Amino acid sequence: MTRRQLATYIFFGVVVILFAISVALKGFFVTFGAFLTLAIFSFLYDDNPYYKFAEHLFVGVSAAYWMCMGFWGTMVPNLFGRLYPPMVGPVIPALKDNPSDPFMLIPLILGIMLLMRLSSKAGWISRWALAFVVGTTAGLNLVRYLRSDFIQQISSTAMPLYVTNSAGFSLGETISNIVIFIGVMCGLIYFFFSKEHKGAFGAGARAGVIVLMITFGASFGYTVMARISLLVGRMQYLLDSWLGMIG
Amino acid sequence: MTNGAMKKQSLVERLQYIDRRIIFAFIAVAVIVPLLIGAQLKEKTTPIVQAMFDNVEGLPEGSRVLLSYDYGPTTAPEIQPMVDAMVRHCAERKCKMYMMAVWATGHNLTGETIEGVLRPDFPDLEYGVDFINLGYKAGNQGLIRLILVDFKTMYSTDANNIAIDDFPMMENITSLRNFDLIVSFGGGFPGIKEWIQFAGDPGNIPIGGGCTAVGAPNLYPYYPSQLVGLLGGAKGAAEYENALIIAYPKYEDYPMAGMSLMVSQTVAHIVIIFFIVFGNVLYFILRARGMTKEGLGGVR
Repeated sequence: MTRRQLATYIFFGVVVILFAISVALKGFFVTFGAFLTLAIFSFLYDDNPYYKFAEHLFVGVSAAYWMCMGFWGTMVPNLFGRLYPPMVGPVIPALKDNPSDPFMLIPLILGIMLLMRLSSKAGWISRWALAFVVGTTAGLNLVRYLRSDFIQQISSTAMPLYVTNSAGFSLGETISNIVIFIGVMCGLIYFFFSKEHKGAFGAGARAGVIVLMITFGASFGYTVMARISLLVGRMQYLLDSWLGMIG
Repeated sequence: MTNGAMKKQSLVERLQYIDRRIIFAFIAVAVIVPLLIGAQLKEKTTPIVQAMFDNVEGLPEGSRVLLSYDYGPTTAPEIQPMVDAMVRHCAERKCKMYMMAVWATGHNLTGETIEGVLRPDFPDLEYGVDFINLGYKAGNQGLIRLILVDFKTMYSTDANNIAIDDFPMMENITSLRNFDLIVSFGGGFPGIKEWIQFAGDPGNIPIGGGCTAVGAPNLYPYYPSQLVGLLGGAKGAAEYENALIIAYPKYEDYPMAGMSLMVSQTVAHIVIIFFIVFGNVLYFILRARGMTKEGLGGVR
């Protein structure tokens, strides 16, 4: 055995002993959570089997969790519980006397059709149910996006460029409204490709690029803040819940 | 590169190839040390957060507030502090709180608020009378669209499978229009945007939000015409906590999660800014010497 191998075995032996002590003092789940956190963090050094284990466990558990929540939270009370209430009586007694709703056969049939995808021969049947889902979602979203993200946003942008309030002229709000108005206009000019970006139009397009760059910068700054928050969250778990170092 | 060339490398040139793991170590120290010190950083409340606070503060006693947990454990460090602060505020205002989730992962986080905030700090509040956990339902924006017109079609039981009509606070709740305020906590899909599109705008219901910092820039345009206020990331949570302390001084010495988060956040940002400036200074020095390694990158 080489000196390096010996050092590796000693290191892992110490880690195993520390985790065993942690299990005894803090319980299995807190220790396992700490182990998984450290396993994910280990990717910052290099790819390794611990990271792979934690990653695969996360994917598997997430899929199972969503499936169970969907089944027990929605399918049982909202589908089976309305189609034939006595069937869910043993699980949800509150629903057993509800009237039966035969219209629930439609989503049940559509659901079964979706599962046909698992069959190589009858897979085409799932397209009908999928078409229903796509069509319904597109129809719902089209109307709402048009109202909330198009018409309402245009209305919100059309603000007074000279703002007065009870105290008189408001310089701050006036500047804010002018910046929003110019920013939107220049951004729109930049994405207008039917006219060559020259002269005053070109200047507007260049201003649009600056506006876009500032927007991307703000988004990036916020993204950094979000990622650091997640890091702090995990560190709080390790230092407080696991090691008890935060008073 | 020959040995002779390596010997000639100056410190500035070697720093061009600084190992990224050294930067990770700096960030780790920047985050850990403030946590160990246990400091809190007060944030000045900005108008968009103050508007959210004022809206809740202006609700009369007994108002119905729907709190939608549209997030999961992955974003909980950012969002849970704002949820806790908001729930605390609603409880102080004696509002009726209806908790639900359009994210499956939000289901368990409602329990975090009930057990972590309401049970220990407001023991007089009664389940089913002052607050209720309606749990998760699938359907995304379709769910919101449905409960806008018929609430009890989807919510016939609470999260514990007890008939919804058994709870006094569910009387006269037929649709989302019966709520005085809806607050969505999230940032992904479905989230605040879907609540605006499918409930706020068509139902003319006040919508407020608390979101991850990543999602905040996309949601600011909805304020103030479609959103009554917005809490963006950990900073938004800390600002809301500050507004809460000003209005309710008894929370002055209370450990606030958002404010604790902001100390590490600030130090880490300073480190990041330092490295950005440092990297650019190195780049300009090397460019002046005509020694930049375009295409090789500075950090490995």
